[in-house]
Amino acid sequence: MTPIAHFSRRYRLSASHRLFIASLSDQQNAQTFGKCANPFGHGHNYTIEVTVSGPIDPATGMVVDLVALDDVAKREVIDRWDHTNLNNDPHFSGSVVPSTENFVYEVERVMREGIAKLAQHNPRLQLVRVRIEETSNNSFDLISSGEMTKF
Amino acid sequence: MIFLTRKAEFSSSHFYRNPAWSGEENLRRFGKCANINGHGHNYTLEVTVAGEVDPVTGFVVDLKLLKDILEQEVVSVYDHRHLNYEVPEFKDAIPTTENIAVAIWKRLDGKIPNAKLHRVRVYEMPDLFADYYGETA
Repeated sequence: MTPIAHFSRRYRLSASHRLFIASLSDQQNAQTFGKCANPFGHGHNYTIEVTVSGPIDPATGMVVDLVALDDVAKREVIDRWDHTNLNNDPHFSGSVVPSTENFVYEVERVMREGIAKLAQHNPRLQLVRVRIEETSNNSFDLISSGEMTKF
Repeated sequence: MIFLTRKAEFSSSHFYRNPAWSGEENLRRFGKCANINGHGHNYTLEVTVAGEVDPVTGFVVDLKLLKDILEQEVVSVYDHRHLNYEVPEFKDAIPTTENIAVAIWKRLDGKIPNAKLHRVRVYEMPDLFADYYGETA
């Protein structure tokens, strides 16, 4: 009977963004997005909380190799977005507004793909949830696995 | 149904070592955590129980009672102790955050009156934590 545990890690990155829709006038963007439409942009210290689950490997006592998980987060998330302007990222340069909702979808996608590669060693390892805190007052959760995450 | 959470803290030392592996292999797999002189953390424990509100007291569980159970079952055993040497469940299991969460679940399961143990969360640091819900494969 191997216990199945959840393991979570929190990462930080700082980035700027501007919320706007190119086809709208400045006035319409200001009406839609308020201060977030400021043409010069603004920034946040984002916290990204990644939760995985799986059986605890009896040899290591771990659900996931922490260094390997940190490497995925660094390569796929931190190196891509830390100290950047999100609007310059190809994913957000078209019609996808870099809201934290849209940001969490892209972070979840790249983390899920990166963790799938780690799962070669642990087939039952899976990404369960990604939470992004845009500020200490706003957070956004995306549930990865088919079942509703346990809270 | 209400989910009620109580926190407790303990400070302990530990190290990671699989006795089946060489010293080099332990160092390669566990890095700094393999230092056999140990190192320590301020752990935060969050225990969540689920239950119905008692119509007389308005409580799911008396928080003082829950605090006393956590103190007796966990904190008095783990706090200011070396987990590898002084806590029996880690004689044969590596005291990772995941295994600590499972061990605390086993210590508490069935001991909380009128409520069901729902989740044990253990923070090793604010940026690293494990949850256990009693699931097994």
